[in-house]
Amino acid sequence: MKVEQISIFIENKSGRLAEVTRILGEAGVNIRALSLADTSDFGILRLIVDQVDLAKDALKADGFTVNKTEVIAVEVPDKPKGLFGILDTLENGNVNVEYMYAFVERCGENAVIIFRFDDTESAIKVLLDNNINVLKGERVCQM
Amino acid sequence: MIWNDEFETMPKEALQALQLKRLQKTLQRVYESVPFYRESFKKANITPDSVQSLDDIQKLPFTLKQDMRDNYPYGLFAAPLDQIVRIHASSGTTGKPTVVGYTQRDIDNWSELMARSFAAAGAHSGDIIHNAYGYGLFTGGLGAHYGAEKLGASVIPMSGGNTKKQIMIMKDFGSTVLTCTPSYCLYLAEAAAEEGIDIRDLPLRVGIHGAEPWSEQMRDEIEAKLGIKALDIYGLSEILGPGVAIECIEAQNGLHIWEDHFIPEIINPDTGEVLPHGEQGELVITTITKEGIPMIRYRTRDITRILPEPCVCGRSHARLERMSGRSDDMMIIRGVNVFPSQIEAILMKIEGVEPHYQLVIDREENLDTLEIHVEVDEAIFSDEVKVLQGLSKEIRNQIKEMLGVTCEVRLVEPKTIARSEGKAQRVIDNRDFS
Repeated sequence: MKVEQISIFIENKSGRLAEVTRILGEAGVNIRALSLADTSDFGILRLIVDQVDLAKDALKADGFTVNKTEVIAVEVPDKPKGLFGILDTLENGNVNVEYMYAFVERCGENAVIIFRFDDTESAIKVLLDNNINVLKGERVCQM
Repeated sequence: MIWNDEFETMPKEALQALQLKRLQKTLQRVYESVPFYRESFKKANITPDSVQSLDDIQKLPFTLKQDMRDNYPYGLFAAPLDQIVRIHASSGTTGKPTVVGYTQRDIDNWSELMARSFAAAGAHSGDIIHNAYGYGLFTGGLGAHYGAEKLGASVIPMSGGNTKKQIMIMKDFGSTVLTCTPSYCLYLAEAAAEEGIDIRDLPLRVGIHGAEPWSEQMRDEIEAKLGIKALDIYGLSEILGPGVAIECIEAQNGLHIWEDHFIPEIINPDTGEVLPHGEQGELVITTITKEGIPMIRYRTRDITRILPEPCVCGRSHARLERMSGRSDDMMIIRGVNVFPSQIEAILMKIEGVEPHYQLVIDREENLDTLEIHVEVDEAIFSDEVKVLQGLSKEIRNQIKEMLGVTCEVRLVEPKTIARSEGKAQRVIDNRDFS
């Protein structure tokens, strides 16, 4: 049910983002989805990639600080109010979203959104109880 | 003006005879009442009688700041607590401050030396002394205060901070003498300008500045911006507080150290060897009148030289060149003494922060700034912004609380802090004191 995301600490200075993508490219890693959280001093780049461990090792070897985090990928109806329905369900289930970002690829007729929750287990339970499709990790990485 | 003609212009020989007499009395006192000194004298195989000339002072062991910490809080006091009328303290490297105690006679002597210092700076009865040194455990505020009263001046006990009010009072009360750190002095001038007040138009005449290093350029800037004479004062709580040495307004060249109360020496900080007058090295001071906590050959860690040439002002007491640095890694930030090890201890205590850090000190708009760079490793990294920002905030708060210094925290990528021979360069001081 869970998807492995890697997050990378990046100082807010020019060329760092390019450096990350260069390293991943040279290692043959393909980025599937990404989000960048930024502050005035630093940024946190979060990535879903096709080869998690390879990506992590390559970045670490080049001196980056990298963590693995579990997130979940949720199928969201690709139509007005599609995302609202899911967020509303989560709110009713008292689950707090830390952050979220969208996948470029679709899954059939649906869009895919990556969610990071403060409590992943209860989030999965709330989603499944409400018949919302949570994608399997391997599937997401290969989409 | 010379406050105490008899002592301040005492001929060299008489002064040295007085020094020897007072030194011997002090040695007797500490030998009898402070176990630390008795033991260290025994270890060096000496007794107070071993000192028969001023040169014999070189036989005595040094006293270090660490000795004060080891004897925290009252272990080095040479007077019983019922004779101690005042206790001050300065920040220490391990969270524990270094503590000093004063008998009534010490307070009287301190007031006398501060009154001398004010007079040397051209202040006199009738002056309105605006004292913006901090009042409290720090010796600056109260030390200057008592001296100003002794001088017969009107002292305004402003203490630090609250700049707008400082400016209002300076203007409305007609302050003529300002005591504060040199950087705060410039800050005041700029804050006043923002209020549409030019301090040059006010009655302010003299500034007495110390507690942090400053340069001749800074003096020029202060004198130009405030329209005053700016004088350098030196002191440290371990020896007395402010009033150990001060420039005279006549020469503005070197700080007269009150030799009837202190014996200065200059040593090579690496070998401990005493250097001849005129050579640069670490200042070592022996107090020869203090009762509460006499200091025998205290290593100040301040780098200077003794200027023995007679001064145009007529005082016979030797002068110290403006302090040019430290022989240890102590930093003085906005008048607060800070050691890198204190910051390291705080970083270590905050869970997960490995001590790969760098302290960058700068001076912006005449106020010292401290920026702490901390390398983000996997132990402290999080995919959530709020966690990292919380860490920065925690470090800022802890440093403010423990050391009383405001800082900025910058999280940086691993290995971005320059390392030389595997050892990180901990402190980058971009301030110019030359």
